[in-house]
Amino acid sequence: MGFRLQRLGLVHANGLRALAGVTLAARRGERIAVIGPSGAGKTTLLRLLGTAVRPSEGRVEVLESNPWQLSGGALRRLRTRIGTVHQAPPLPARQRVITAVLAGRLGTWPWWKSLLSLAYPADIAGACAQLARLDLADRLFDRCDRLSGGQLQRVGIARVLYQQPELILADEPVSAMDPALADLAIQQLIAEATGRGVTLIASLHAVDLALRWFPRIVGLRAGEVAFDLPPVRITDALLRDLYASESATLPTQGGEPLRLPQPGAEVAVRRPACQ
Amino acid sequence: MNPQSLPDRDPDALRRATLLLAGMLVLWPLLVVSQFRPAALFEPGNLAAMGHFLKGFLPPEVSVGFLGLLVKAMLETLAIATAGVTLALLVAAPLAFAMTHSLSVSRIGPGPGRLRGEVLRGAVRLLLVVLRGIPELVWALVFVRALGLGPAAGVLALAITYGGMLGKVYAEILESGDTRPARALRQKRRSPPRSGRVAALLYGLVPGAVQELVSYTIYRWECAIRASVVMGFVGAGGLGQLMDQAMKMLNGGEAATILIVFLLLVLLADAISAWLRRQLA
Amino acid sequence: MQNDEAKALQLCFSCVITLVIAAAVVIASFAYLPLGPGRLFSREAGGEMLEFFLSFFPPDLSAGHVRKTAWAAVETLAVSAVGTLLAAVGGLLLCLPASGRYGWAPRALARGLLNLLRSVPELVWAALMVLAAGLGPFAGVLALGLHTTGVLGRLFAEALENTPKEPAAALLGVGASPALAFVYGTLPGVAPQLLAYTLYRWEMNIRMAAILGFVGAGGLGQMLYYELSLFHQAQAATVIGAMLLLSVAVDAASAVARRGLARAYA
Ligand SMILES: Nc1ncnc2c1ncn2[C@@H]1O[C@H](COP(=O)(O)OP(=O)(O)O)[C@@H](O)[C@H]1O
Ligand SMILES: [Mg+2]
Repeated sequence: MGFRLQRLGLVHANGLRALAGVTLAARRGERIAVIGPSGAGKTTLLRLLGTAVRPSEGRVEVLESNPWQLSGGALRRLRTRIGTVHQAPPLPARQRVITAVLAGRLGTWPWWKSLLSLAYPADIAGACAQLARLDLADRLFDRCDRLSGGQLQRVGIARVLYQQPELILADEPVSAMDPALADLAIQQLIAEATGRGVTLIASLHAVDLALRWFPRIVGLRAGEVAFDLPPVRITDALLRDLYASESATLPTQGGEPLRLPQPGAEVAVRRPACQ
Repeated sequence: MNPQSLPDRDPDALRRATLLLAGMLVLWPLLVVSQFRPAALFEPGNLAAMGHFLKGFLPPEVSVGFLGLLVKAMLETLAIATAGVTLALLVAAPLAFAMTHSLSVSRIGPGPGRLRGEVLRGAVRLLLVVLRGIPELVWALVFVRALGLGPAAGVLALAITYGGMLGKVYAEILESGDTRPARALRQKRRSPPRSGRVAALLYGLVPGAVQELVSYTIYRWECAIRASVVMGFVGAGGLGQLMDQAMKMLNGGEAATILIVFLLLVLLADAISAWLRRQLA
Repeated sequence: MQNDEAKALQLCFSCVITLVIAAAVVIASFAYLPLGPGRLFSREAGGEMLEFFLSFFPPDLSAGHVRKTAWAAVETLAVSAVGTLLAAVGGLLLCLPASGRYGWAPRALARGLLNLLRSVPELVWAALMVLAAGLGPFAGVLALGLHTTGVLGRLFAEALENTPKEPAAALLGVGASPALAFVYGTLPGVAPQLLAYTLYRWEMNIRMAAILGFVGAGGLGQMLYYELSLFHQAQAATVIGAMLLLSVAVDAASAVARRGLARAYA
């Protein structure tokens, strides 16, 4: 089992309700896209699955355990099995790309290895291989504050790929990339999911990406699940209802008009370009 | 993408290793020279001395006779700080006055007095460096040798070092303010007649800077209280001298009381100084 | 015109009161201290003073004494450097609880400790450390280390509180321990600031290390104290000159370093 949420609700500290009555489950290896307008609660949902926030009501079960009944040590072990791609990767400005990527395994490495890795990177080839999948291997030893927003997002994805988690939570992972790169990045996440049986749930601001790459689409609106369907059953009316837009176009990566429906594509793992 | 161009070694490693090595090479002799030996803390002789002294800390000494002595020492410390800063003011004001460029006519254009002015300012700058470059504690030690134990040494030491500090900062404050009014006063050649230096200072520069000048002086007064306690350790009177005596006698109870009073005094000076400076703003 | 003058007069009423109080305090201070003009400024006293000061000149510049002074200066530099380093480590350890990472109780405790370390002057610490570790430069190292830990710990804690928390939070999210999350997520962001604070304190500590020796903590101070107790004024003058040189050199070096740092972080 990937995760299971039952009648889940979350009220933020300021009294604002972000999620209400969300029931959602994923089998191991399933790939789910979450779409919905800004403020619908996508980020909150993923943070909840990542055990960063506690639900106000309902049951959460992630990777066969209830995170809020675990001891500190067990919770930390659970977190090593969950990888989160943040929308704006929170990386220290002066950190190097290689260090940022290797930090994905801080939870599993012994502490002395983590410390030594600051003096000399513990796994250059491993970090390089993950960056190469995202066409960024040449920036391996650059500082993070010298990268563009899209490049930073790819560093964040490479960190999660390097972490090798069993559940990947991706929060608008490609929002700062051009369509070609966005496709590449999503492909790599999906290859990881199919190749290693990883459960993948990604929130996407672009409907076309969701429909092209994911076999299951969850529409989220005002903190509630509006629909949970395979892409072939998604209609223009459903989407317009979700985004509450009659006239305006639906959001897509690169702004091209949306075409429905899209067949899923076969994906090959990119061959790493470094030893 | 060109696989050959990808580095398989950290290009930064050599630089880091060099830095690390250099750091160790510098640190090692530093540790040797400073006789860094944590084990010294746990030698039986030292442990016993310290333990005995610390045990004496409790209870602090509160006998009436000692408290009377303490109050006198505290007043003395405050008086040393106040008198010292007052004398420092008298030292600093003329020096800052001589240092301030915008008051100098000779600097405005080439004239006969220019060289003389530059030489004078250079000499004053050097004097200020010497005055504040030697810590007040050193002056205090020297004056104790000259005048004997007592507060006079502390007052004179503060007057000299703080005179240097105040002089430098006063000149900086006067220069960093708006110097145009003063320059205008100094430059006007016909009626009304060109103003003198003193008039230019008082009417041109001081009004704009007075708040900053007073604020800095109050801040220095606060520092002087701390300094006058510390100077007591070399015999310049006040709380410090009392503390030094208590420590030499290994009298922990008295030392504890003095330490507490000192901390309270510093807190009080902090509060007074902050309040005064808020009143100014 | 008339109005303005009246206003100015009115305004100055409170200044006048303040001035009067200040003057009263000053006069009381002079009156309280036993330094009557007869004592300080009489011709006899003045002559004695002059004679005493003239006895410092010329300073002893013999090779042997200069070498001894130079060595004391090196000792002073070493004490300041090691003491500051010790304080940087101590400050780094204490700033974690002091920045509120482990809740309010450890925060209050750590802040109290830092305040105590900071409020006791270096010289008082030195006098205590001479008891604890014996005479010599190591006592100076400990004294500087203790006082500066208080100063740096507080500055470090403030820097930590003002730095973004997200990078470290993200690392906690991959199961890293809090210590590693700090080292990988928080430290790279604040390191330049911590380094700047440490260098700034080192500059102050060099001057301070020169005088800690008065209570027996080694370096130039101990040498000066010794020479003055034996009424070796010429030798003492050399040591005072060395202190002056050190102070000027530190000033110049810090100006250069500041310019370099400003360029590096521009
Ligand atoms: N930390 C927070 N405190 C209070 N309200 C929040 C917080 N985070 C998000 N919200 C609110 O919760 C709602 C859902 O936010 P979010 O999950 O970020 O939406 P999305 O990612 O779909 O744009 C929004 O109305 C947002 O303003
Ligand atoms: Mg969001």
